[in-house]
Amino acid sequence: MNTEASKAQAGAPGGGAAADATKAVRAFDPPFLHLSTPPHIRSSLTVSKVMLAVIAAMTPALAASVVFFGVEAALFPILVCIAAAVATECVANLILRKRQSIGDLSAIVTGILVAFNLPPALPLWMAALGSVFAIAVAKMVFGGLGGNFINPALAGRAFLVASYPAPMTSYPPTLYGSVNGLAIKAAAPDTLSDAVSSATSTSVSTPAVADSLTSAIGAAADSLADTAALAAGKLAAAASSVADTVSAAAASATSAIDAVSSATPLYVIKHVFAANAYRPGDFSPALKDLFFGNVGGCIGETSALALLIGGIFLISIRAIDFRIPFAYIFTVFTLFWLANGTGAFFTVESLIAPTFHILAGGLFLGAFFMATDPVTSPITPMGRLLFGIGCGALTFTIRKYGGYPEGVSFSILLMNLVAPLIDRCTRPKIYGEVKKHG
Amino acid sequence: MPKKFTFRGGVHPPHCKSQTEHSRIEEFPAPEVAVIPLSQHLGAPAAALVEKGDRVLLGQVIGEPVGNVSATVHASVAGNVLAVRPFAHPSGRLVKAVQIENDGTDEAVPFEPVEGAWRDAARGELVNKIAECGIVGMGGAGFPTHVKLSPPSRKPIDTIIINGTECEPYLTDDHRIMIERAEDILTGAQILKKILGAKDVFFAIEDNKPEALNIIISKTVGSRYNDITVATLKSKYPQGGEKVLIMALTGRQVPAGGGLPMDVGCVVQNVSTVLAVFEAVTQGAPLYKRVVTVTGANVRSPKNLMVRIGTPARALLDACGADIRGAKKIVMGGPMMGMALSDLDVPIIKTTSALMSLTESTEAVRRYPCINCGVCSRVCPLRLIPSRMAKFVEKENFDDAVKWNLMECTECGTCAYACPAKINLVQFFRMGKNKVLANRAAEKKKAV
Repeated sequence: MNTEASKAQAGAPGGGAAADATKAVRAFDPPFLHLSTPPHIRSSLTVSKVMLAVIAAMTPALAASVVFFGVEAALFPILVCIAAAVATECVANLILRKRQSIGDLSAIVTGILVAFNLPPALPLWMAALGSVFAIAVAKMVFGGLGGNFINPALAGRAFLVASYPAPMTSYPPTLYGSVNGLAIKAAAPDTLSDAVSSATSTSVSTPAVADSLTSAIGAAADSLADTAALAAGKLAAAASSVADTVSAAAASATSAIDAVSSATPLYVIKHVFAANAYRPGDFSPALKDLFFGNVGGCIGETSALALLIGGIFLISIRAIDFRIPFAYIFTVFTLFWLANGTGAFFTVESLIAPTFHILAGGLFLGAFFMATDPVTSPITPMGRLLFGIGCGALTFTIRKYGGYPEGVSFSILLMNLVAPLIDRCTRPKIYGEVKKHG
Repeated sequence: MPKKFTFRGGVHPPHCKSQTEHSRIEEFPAPEVAVIPLSQHLGAPAAALVEKGDRVLLGQVIGEPVGNVSATVHASVAGNVLAVRPFAHPSGRLVKAVQIENDGTDEAVPFEPVEGAWRDAARGELVNKIAECGIVGMGGAGFPTHVKLSPPSRKPIDTIIINGTECEPYLTDDHRIMIERAEDILTGAQILKKILGAKDVFFAIEDNKPEALNIIISKTVGSRYNDITVATLKSKYPQGGEKVLIMALTGRQVPAGGGLPMDVGCVVQNVSTVLAVFEAVTQGAPLYKRVVTVTGANVRSPKNLMVRIGTPARALLDACGADIRGAKKIVMGGPMMGMALSDLDVPIIKTTSALMSLTESTEAVRRYPCINCGVCSRVCPLRLIPSRMAKFVEKENFDDAVKWNLMECTECGTCAYACPAKINLVQFFRMGKNKVLANRAAEKKKAV
């Protein structure tokens, strides 16, 4: 820096009236010239540009979320999360007296991803809180960009799920009235669990604020009690979560958006499987909605197509390694194909459950945008494959056997923790690493 | 179109060769005072044979090799020795050198080529002539050529690769000699073939030098040079790296852990070196001058110059109208592996392929923390994981750094060029390697 300043001073006046230019240059040689190890040229690629590419890749999913959930339910939380993430990083840098880092744009990426992992119409202060936690606790405490060991956005989501389980699991239908794309009535309600059937009835009827409020509270409470108890392993949690649900439902009612319980596609298929009532024909019509995005769920995960476009873009410009999303999605597909519920493997019907599972929920969002976070995933090619397979196996396990209908975020968080270990075990063979005298 | 050879990884920096690729090589006047370092090569510095006050002739031996890996050093001008003491060297260190005041006579010692036709000469005689003429690898590393040409008998050489890839941006010195001295280089290649008894000779040229490619192809097809195969390579950095080139052309991999090209039956020689071999054998000319590309965005008349060894860098920059005030960095060699100069009075040496004035400094770029993106390992031609190696070095965990192949790195700079976080990876590797070598030396001392 000083060198540049002195150079500017020495250079400007000296240029014209250089009676003894050679001598002047000679005298100033050392401060004029920068010294460094090679290379002396650098590519134009920067971390900011990588982040910008990721932001660009998320815009189709962002657009889809606005199309299916509306400006207020989708765009507002996204903007609030971005603002909160950037502000938190800015303040954290000031407090920690670190160089301002918001210019690297990673906080914007985290903000969008936090919002993408929230149900539409979540109270905005909750959304903001998720971003604050993601940046302050999961990222800045560990040294900022590059230092975090788990994905900040997923940490933010996990924090919100643990703190506000009810609002975090109540998904409103899309603007077009679809909750899960399923013709639920055909799915023989008596074979479903209570939570699902009540959710079904609410969602299929045209939602009206007055009507839905009561049933929504009941349904959400049921499902919540169910999940929370399973997750925490103690039934005592149920009571408090009911209370939470009530307040949350009331809150969403005041914002004039229907709160409907979490009869997400994954929730339904899980319970249908649990009740041994799975018929591929019930689920195949939903695939189209799942692909294009006309289903309830988190803000960013609604449209598999939009996520796929962004993912392919990132792979094509090599901003992410295809290995992680490919291994992840392939593993989930394969495992659900092996457990496809029809008893056969080489029929069209056998492909419906696995296809449903890769299109539903947050798999594409997780596989393309969160498991691929380079900071928290392995760097070796083999490690990246293993990482994707591990995420897939965990997602399958949670969806199939766990307490939650969805397992993408916890799978990725768990695999984040073993990423350094995977790297250690998968050092690639280098050039010339062959048998000597062979 | 014939097959184009290449390797996996690498980067595509802008070529920046258009400034000088059509400039004929011009003879640059001998300097008034030449400073000739006794170390211009890999290995032990030569021992000075002259003292202050001696009069030396052009081409006279002023430094003799010490030990097995070393090289002879010759006077590049005739005149009186002003001093034999340490001088600033392009490497940034002070290196013992012979300073000669040019008397302008260019009175030379007689140059004695190999007696009779080189085809009839004994191998040993040819190698001795090359050693006497002080020829070293002129591509940058400066490995003494006669050592490369004397592999132990248990390591037969079947393939010679003439390296005309010139993959570094800006450089055009090799390009120009391929155009202007094609036949001499091809003869030099045949001399090498005879010395090593090799079966195949590949002439490797990148496809961004069509003029050189055409000339070399036309000279080899159906002529007395038809035993030389021209291999076109894709323009990619570091295509001309020795290990990379061997892999691209032969599919062989030089063993990791200190292996040499001769372990896989290969010898790689830069075209400038081959030309020097030709001149040594057929004219008895020692290596006292070489072609240097002088270029850069703020150089008024960039040129390819034939320069005496020992000419100060400043003389070349001034002659080509370089705006030194406008430069951020003056680099000797290519921008990917060359040395940033702190002192413009350092001399041109046997390995100096170029002198360039860069108006943009890598010190001014914004740096970011490593985000583990893996670009560095994707581009590494040796498939190392640079970011991990750098992190281990940064934490002074040298054991793990070595486990992750720190010592294999050739410092080609590809990773640092590509890194989106702009981390000075090569600096970490150099630091780490020095530390590891120092630690090993210290341990050896302790053991003894």
